[in-house]
Amino acid sequence: MTDTTSDAAANPAADRARASELSAVGRFLKATELDTRMLGMVGALLIIWIGLHVISSLRLGVNPLDFDSRTFLTPRNLWNLSVQTSAVAIMASGMVLVIVMRNIDLSVGSAEGLIGMIMGFAQVHFLVRMVGLELGNPWIWVLALAIGLALGLLIGAFQGFVIAYLDVPAFIVTLGGLLVWRGAAWWVTSGQTVAPLDATYQLMGGGPAGSIGARWSWVVGVVACLAVVFALFNGRVQRKRFRFPLRPIWAETLLGAVACAVIMGAVWLANSYPWPVGIVNRYAAANNITVPEGGLFIAHGIAIPVLMAVAVGLIMTFITKRTRFGRYVFAIGGNPEAANLAGINTRWITMKVFMIMGVLATIAAAISSARQNSSTNALGTLDELLVIAAAVIGGTSLAGGSGTVLGAMLGALLMQSLQSGMVLLGVDSPLQSIVVGAVLVIAVWLDTIYRKRV
Amino acid sequence: MAENASAGAPLVNMRNISIAFGGIRAVDDASIDLFPGEVVALLGHNGAGKSTLIKILSGAYKRDAGHIFVNGEEASISNPRDAKKYGIETIYQTLALADNVDAAANLFLGRELMTAWGTLDDVAMEAEARKVMGRLNPRFQRFKDPVIKLSGGQRQSVAIARAILFNARILIMDEPTAALGPQETAQVGELVRQLKADGIGIFLISHDIHDVFELADRVCVMKNGQVVGTARTGDVTQDEVLGMIILGKCPPGAIPGPGALKMAA
Repeated sequence: MTDTTSDAAANPAADRARASELSAVGRFLKATELDTRMLGMVGALLIIWIGLHVISSLRLGVNPLDFDSRTFLTPRNLWNLSVQTSAVAIMASGMVLVIVMRNIDLSVGSAEGLIGMIMGFAQVHFLVRMVGLELGNPWIWVLALAIGLALGLLIGAFQGFVIAYLDVPAFIVTLGGLLVWRGAAWWVTSGQTVAPLDATYQLMGGGPAGSIGARWSWVVGVVACLAVVFALFNGRVQRKRFRFPLRPIWAETLLGAVACAVIMGAVWLANSYPWPVGIVNRYAAANNITVPEGGLFIAHGIAIPVLMAVAVGLIMTFITKRTRFGRYVFAIGGNPEAANLAGINTRWITMKVFMIMGVLATIAAAISSARQNSSTNALGTLDELLVIAAAVIGGTSLAGGSGTVLGAMLGALLMQSLQSGMVLLGVDSPLQSIVVGAVLVIAVWLDTIYRKRV
Repeated sequence: MAENASAGAPLVNMRNISIAFGGIRAVDDASIDLFPGEVVALLGHNGAGKSTLIKILSGAYKRDAGHIFVNGEEASISNPRDAKKYGIETIYQTLALADNVDAAANLFLGRELMTAWGTLDDVAMEAEARKVMGRLNPRFQRFKDPVIKLSGGQRQSVAIARAILFNARILIMDEPTAALGPQETAQVGELVRQLKADGIGIFLISHDIHDVFELADRVCVMKNGQVVGTARTGDVTQDEVLGMIILGKCPPGAIPGPGALKMAA
């Protein structure tokens, strides 16, 4: 109580007021049907961002509210963060399904390495020297990616088959995979790095060229907002059709407004990060544009790998929530025997989940190798642990049966934020590992408490 | 009623069924039949083989030997999906619910309603779920919660609703009242009578011999994987049935099976 003058009679009234306030929060959550767990994650993410921003500002001796260009909350840093998160976020979305089914995939980092190596080898050596395509042929990146996707599907199918039909535990099969695929990656070129990669293929890695620019970013933002509004409206119509309880109009409006604000805010951020001066000048010279006084502002816009990650997130969410396959994955995770007795082909579903994981490892491999413009046999080392940690921080239960794609992707963003932030702060890399490891354990501990209380 | 029913072909006829697990004959040359609108109770100690026999019918286990006839025609049942095709639905003792998804998802598990787009039609499934649950348990309102949050009785009604939702013709109930209080047990009894009147054949596995005499038309007692005997509930006393369960002694009112105690004639 801050009000020390209030008498005894006023106190119960104040208590009542506080109680009704609490129930107002409850009413708000009920009306908006928001997941408190997800809200908690967003809150944790914001706290980490603001904390890193304040610390980085104080270290430089600048006011945090000035948003100095060397601090955490800047368009440049957040844009880079989004690109760095993409590959792990994409794999985390598939790891959710794997873990929901009470399995694990330790091989994704190594599979990513092997597939990246093969795709690099395909575009630089195989397609050019052996098939005879000219360097820069627009088909090169398509064919290289297709080869990679086929390989990812095959790796996933093979591991999935051994797990589902030969009954070898996933932990063992993918632990074997971790060693085998990494070794195989070395064999492709006897350990030599493949570089530089095809120019079109490189666009998947982001950078000034690998971003869609300001205008298209706004278009994407507007389309996304329209989609949000349509989804809310459609949901309402469906509920009306069967006379289910509706969200109050204010809640629908608020949800739509917040979602649109977040989308447009992200677009604005991406559009606030300009190309570096050197690249702008080269671009201007090449296109006969005179650079005005004070430099030419060309915005990056949303990076292509980020768009790929968002697309993967949407597709994976759709698969988990709206398809029969997704429903079965969760049912099997909840009670494998019940799923079997309900006539679900649990083995085939298991195999399919690992095939999806293989495809996602390919997409991640494409982004990572394109980003560093080279395929090395160390590509994706330890990524399996980041991916599993992201899924688990994002609320995927290792006991199986629960987890969300959005949560896992937020988990990936959270981990990457910590890591990038520590790099920004100049934290030594051993200490970075210690912090990330500790955060993982604490996050899961907090989640355990949350699950017990709900 | 049962007299009339036995005039036609039996709904289910399991003949000379055997299954062994690692050298132990869990079911040994067992034969049993069921007529439309009839309740047949399967009795026996734990490990007598009644659950195993019934799991062969529901497709959970594959038999080593024997034949199953449904409506007089030989049926090939090698998995739960096959059994459902013949209209055989099962309420398992463990309920066999996916704890992490809601009631509607459990009711339609394996047989989801789809929209024209090939996606799950959750709204339609929930509407159907509300209808069938309204009949079984009118106070049930927790359609959004995962079933792990429901009480024992509510979970039981979800399991029962799933079995009757798809117009079962043969219903297997394995200890359907094990988790229920007296009032809910009475509800299940009422439901059994209602389903019987609809011409559905029911196999009832129960430990409660009072329940059995109240609901069943016939009893079939098993011991050590073999059928001791089959009897109309009107032709035997509860004590005689207990004698069958414990000693394997077949009373005069019952038709002895291969497991009946061989006495000097």
